[in-house]
Amino acid sequence: MKKKIVFKEKYISYLIIVVMFAAAVVMIRTGTASRKLQSWLVPICINIILAVSLNLTVGFLGELTLGHAGFMSVGAYAGCIFSQAVQNVMPAAVRFPLAILVGGLSAALFSVIIGVPVLRLKGDYLAIVTLAFGEIVKSIIINLNITGGAAGLRGTPQDSNYIWAFALTLVTVVVITNLTESGQGRAIKAIRDNRIAAEASGIDVTYYRLMAFVIAAFFAGVAGVLYGHNYSITSAGTFDYNKSIEILVLVVLGGLGSIRGSIIAATLLYILPEVLRDLQDYRMIIYSVVLILIMIINSSEQFSSVKELLDIRKAFRKLFSEKQKGEALNDQE
Amino acid sequence: MDFLSTLISGLSLGSIYALIALGYTMVYGIAKMLNFAHGDIIMVAAFTVYVFATVLKLPAAATIPLAVLFCMLLGVTIERIAYKPLRKAPPLSVLITAIGVSYFLQNLALLIFGSNQKSFPKIINIPALKLGQLTIKGESIATLSVSIVIMLALTLFISRSKMGKAMRAVSEDKEAAELMGINVNQTISVTFAIGSALAVAAGVFYGATYNFIGPYTGSMPGIKAFVAAVFGGIGSIPGAMLGGILLGVIENLSKAYISTELSDAIVFAVLIIILYVKPTGLLGRKTNEKV
Amino acid sequence: MIRNNDVKMVPLPSNAIVPERDVDKPPVLSVHQLGIDFGGLTAVDNFNFIMGRTEIGGLIGPNGAGKTTVFNLLTNVYQPTRGTILLDGVNTSGKSVSQVSRMGIARTFQNIRLFDRMSVIDNVKIGLHNRYDSNLLSSVLHTPGYFRHEKQADEKAMELLSFFDMQDYAQHDAGSLPYGAQRRIEIVRALATEPKVLLLDEPAAGMNPSETEELAENIRRIRDTFGIAIVLIEHDMNLVMGVCEGIAVLNYGRIIAKGTPDEIKSNPDVIEAYLGKQEDR
Repeated sequence: MKKKIVFKEKYISYLIIVVMFAAAVVMIRTGTASRKLQSWLVPICINIILAVSLNLTVGFLGELTLGHAGFMSVGAYAGCIFSQAVQNVMPAAVRFPLAILVGGLSAALFSVIIGVPVLRLKGDYLAIVTLAFGEIVKSIIINLNITGGAAGLRGTPQDSNYIWAFALTLVTVVVITNLTESGQGRAIKAIRDNRIAAEASGIDVTYYRLMAFVIAAFFAGVAGVLYGHNYSITSAGTFDYNKSIEILVLVVLGGLGSIRGSIIAATLLYILPEVLRDLQDYRMIIYSVVLILIMIINSSEQFSSVKELLDIRKAFRKLFSEKQKGEALNDQE
Repeated sequence: MDFLSTLISGLSLGSIYALIALGYTMVYGIAKMLNFAHGDIIMVAAFTVYVFATVLKLPAAATIPLAVLFCMLLGVTIERIAYKPLRKAPPLSVLITAIGVSYFLQNLALLIFGSNQKSFPKIINIPALKLGQLTIKGESIATLSVSIVIMLALTLFISRSKMGKAMRAVSEDKEAAELMGINVNQTISVTFAIGSALAVAAGVFYGATYNFIGPYTGSMPGIKAFVAAVFGGIGSIPGAMLGGILLGVIENLSKAYISTELSDAIVFAVLIIILYVKPTGLLGRKTNEKV
Repeated sequence: MIRNNDVKMVPLPSNAIVPERDVDKPPVLSVHQLGIDFGGLTAVDNFNFIMGRTEIGGLIGPNGAGKTTVFNLLTNVYQPTRGTILLDGVNTSGKSVSQVSRMGIARTFQNIRLFDRMSVIDNVKIGLHNRYDSNLLSSVLHTPGYFRHEKQADEKAMELLSFFDMQDYAQHDAGSLPYGAQRRIEIVRALATEPKVLLLDEPAAGMNPSETEELAENIRRIRDTFGIAIVLIEHDMNLVMGVCEGIAVLNYGRIIAKGTPDEIKSNPDVIEAYLGKQEDR
């Protein structure tokens, strides 16, 4: 019974992305999508990839990292520099997938280098060190010539398009969903729930923490490549700790350990400020107040009744499983 | 001589970081939360001083106490409204709330004052001190001397006063402190008030040193002070002071002798190295998980 | 390595007390001169202990005597200050906690440590992790090999759960179950690692007499079914005296008596240690 629900949830995630893609195709083909709307598609996909991948470390592994933007920038620059180098040698259809790999693998490599010493730390210490790492990457990129320095990197072929973006989003979601429900994912979740018991059950904690960290970094790198090939200029300032925090907010709002939640939060939180553009001056204030209110309503006891009202999914489940639950309780007596 | 003056301005910058880091570390010790919005209190403090001194043209002697009062109230109010309902929530929710508060303060300032930088009123009028070839700026003298006094007073307050003892008790074990009749809510409020008051001092010195303020003024020093608090061992008050001062000195020395652009990277790299060697920071206590 | 192999040949010491059926076989666990200091304070000292391959042993003593510390030493949660632990003749010194688990020491915890947000069956599958794991690529791609491994792990986990008649709980969240069930899941998870030695830290804590009775039965059943050695830390004397074949009494970090239940019951040192504890109250 429960198993079935798990499968369904997984396919709903896939379905959301496929439906979004189909809607985009239809609207673009029929000419109903405005230029503005079209320009949202790739950034939304980037947001989803970032949120889903960060959810692996924050939601499933249970470690707060604030350096996701750092890995994103490593991927972006590695991918862009690669594309520029081979621009005249390869057609876009060959160049771009290779750039994606180069970007993802560079980010993954960096995450191994930083992860091996840093993952000894826990909690807030890990958070601050990953934040520091992101800032270091930013400073170094600004000071290098090959990256275009503070002025940013220009001249990258704009190979990103919404088809690639959706394809990569789907790959990210499938890979991370499959991973989290596999044995490796179980080990990662076990470390989150009780590190000591996981260790005592024979789980190599260091290995699996690094695994989650590196896979998340790989996809952050992929998102970075998409980003770098979507705009005419890539500047290091974009990938500061504020960007990492933005991604973290998506993950927490979507729900720790909920991939579908990350997808929805990443989409809505991209669209919302765009829609609120008319309110220009007030939109970030509204956004921050909403953020605070959601957190308070979500976690405080005083608002548990409000919360239950808002949690439609739970209500549904309750409605359908009332009888079953009763039986289970009787078993326990 | 160059080295000496770099060192002194580093110490001065470091004491600003230390003042901010104290706010982080005290709140962390007592409420077990990372108050991400703490850096923005510095910005609010600087703007409050700007409003009182430049717009309302009040004398400096009135400006600073008013700013302190305003920010203490602000700190306590933020805690009551945004953080108190989340006392039992997972740390991540509290962190996100604090990020929300930080966004709120920044954007409110943006709305009121616009994105253009404002010039910070000259309220510290101490002439530069000349010792032979060495010149020490008036702002540095004020920052250093006032910070030392504040830190001494704070240390005395924490170790001697009844409230200071209550604060230590709460940071040690909240439930036990409550059972001993300590008013935990009040203690937390006082902690936020003190942290905010320290932020005013930091804001004034920061404004006086850099002359310009904007809605994002508090952001980077806030992050660096946060780093300083972790550097010294988060939760440890002497650790925050030491961490802050070291950070300022390292930053200024690397600006002078290595590279201005890479100074931030160097500061953060030193942090990573320190934590690699000593995972709980310089003066942090090792906590063993009980099995 | 050569030394370890040499050790494997060493038969039981002549003065060791193990059940008759284990006498001809080398001990599964032999601990020599084990000790640990915490900041100059000696928590456990001069701890010598031998377990027959299918023995049920007990570790008792007043609160704070260092019983759990011994378990933490045996599982390398703490690195011993001195002494050696030989598991089936192999020195566990310098191994990580997870390596020791894979070498064959499994444990439960005094304060239950389950993976609360995971289902019961997933908790058990964590114990099976090192035996039914597929590689990262096949996990991510969900290849047929992955499904085969998962199916095998599922079957094995259900088999283990059925040992305690807990198949019906398989899909429940572990954290939502009643206390007694949680204790049983912890034991199942430990058994899933296919240990040679199972360490149970106060398995009867919080249980009523009939549940304790059932536990005693289960402990014997585990030993008979899996043919492994079991050490339990327990305060419930009826349980200890009922199921243990050999008992060691710990006080202030040292063994003050070793023997069969009957010998322990009449040992004056033991009586004093426990009466002393009552005076403290």
